[in-house]
Amino acid sequence: MYLEIEGIEKSFPHKEKGMVKVLDHINLEIEKGQFVSIVGPSGCGKSTMLYLIAGLEKAEQGKIRINGKEVKGSGSDRVVVFQEAGLFPWLTVLDNVTYGLLLKKMSKQEAEQKAMEMLKMVHLGNYIDSYPHELSGGMKQRVSIARALVMEPDILLMDEPFAALDEQTRMVLHKELLDIWRKTKVTVLFITHNIREAVLLSQKIVVFATRPGKIKATFKSNDTKDGVMPSDVTLQLEKQILAELQEEIEKVLKEEMGDDYSFKTNSVSRDTSGDMGSHI
Amino acid sequence: MAIWEVTSRLSDLPDFMFPSFTLVMSTLVSGLLSGQILIAIGASLSRLLIGFTIASILGLVLGYLIWRYKIVEDTLGFLVTALQSIPSIVWFPLAIIWFGLNDFAILFIVTLGATWTMIVNATSGFKNVPVLYQRVAKSLGSSGFHFLRTVILPASVPQLISGLRIAWAFSWRALMAGELLGASVGLGQLLESGRALGQMDLVISVMIIIGVIGTIMDNVLFLRLERSVERKWGIRA
Repeated sequence: MYLEIEGIEKSFPHKEKGMVKVLDHINLEIEKGQFVSIVGPSGCGKSTMLYLIAGLEKAEQGKIRINGKEVKGSGSDRVVVFQEAGLFPWLTVLDNVTYGLLLKKMSKQEAEQKAMEMLKMVHLGNYIDSYPHELSGGMKQRVSIARALVMEPDILLMDEPFAALDEQTRMVLHKELLDIWRKTKVTVLFITHNIREAVLLSQKIVVFATRPGKIKATFKSNDTKDGVMPSDVTLQLEKQILAELQEEIEKVLKEEMGDDYSFKTNSVSRDTSGDMGSHI
Repeated sequence: MAIWEVTSRLSDLPDFMFPSFTLVMSTLVSGLLSGQILIAIGASLSRLLIGFTIASILGLVLGYLIWRYKIVEDTLGFLVTALQSIPSIVWFPLAIIWFGLNDFAILFIVTLGATWTMIVNATSGFKNVPVLYQRVAKSLGSSGFHFLRTVILPASVPQLISGLRIAWAFSWRALMAGELLGASVGLGQLLESGRALGQMDLVISVMIIIGVIGTIMDNVLFLRLERSVERKWGIRA
């Protein structure tokens, strides 16, 4: 196994309740080159899990190992792509992408050359001298993906990277991400609350239960995808995952809106075959 | 200016109390030509620059310590907010006893005048660096001094500039007050000697110089700096 997560526990302090457990005994294994998604309702600790792997947070218990080596602190072998691009506004696009490379003691010339190649791969070769505020949301997120990929990380950690983008941009980026993944063979751990996104992209989908965060179920999906259109297989998978998540969603809603609230999946989910123009 | 000229000529007040515009201008020009005013400007500005530079560095370092260490924040941080409310000229009697009535005492209050605001602004600048930028940098492998230099400092630049601007204004004020009270040479001293000799034309000339220098610094230097950062970051189009 490439990435091993063993018995992770994590709590955060809470104003009224003291310590609240957000992750409870998480065990997870990811193979090299695999595309794995974690789905779960908001507040289930899936982002925290990702920060633990990135070394940005520390777990109270348990071990995370990559290639047999235990994770201690952050490192450029595990780069994170965040929900917001988080580009440094005081640097140009090119300087943003070379930032990490220069930290690796690479020469400026070599770093810029690599950054250029990567920016071309995300179709932003013409924007190297622009400042982040001059780019659209989708372009910014592309730069942030390039900035992560150029580090040649062993594992790419993505924390709802497309959640803030519009549907069209997201579709394009899904396809691009899959292309890049196939080209670079990088291991991807993808956090999302969007079931369809998870199913369309990944080979393995981990469903998180909430409060405390636990692994509720794991699904596998091995057919090739283009990241854009759902197929019969993925739609079937979506239904299964939604069924798993229903209980969790209800738990969250009850906490937020009171105990009398009830969320019935059937009344919400429409005829799935009609979605996203699959009959066109 | 015309009103000034006319009222001055029509008023009963003698020239030394209410000099006319033309008299002030001729004093100003002759003062500049003789070098008297220029020397005073040079002396004042060099004091200001030294004090301001020390204050800026001190402010950044102490601001960093307050941001970084909780214990420093609880102790020094509280002290700074208290000290900030004391006008720096109030320190002058103390400074005279400590250093004597000399340049050192003036430098002391000039530095002090700028330091507190600089600390306060640096601290809040550092504190307001978005967590996202910090996480991004750490994820890419940045740490220690590199992290400070490439993320914390540049990310707080907008706030640091406005801090510098206020600090400049404070030290400028402290400088004039200090020089009025005890300097051998400088713009403040020129004001004082103008008063002693009953030459209001000299006093007003110096006031004009002070106004001009202040405007130049504020509008030309700091405002431009602020604008260029805003443009680059896209804060204002």
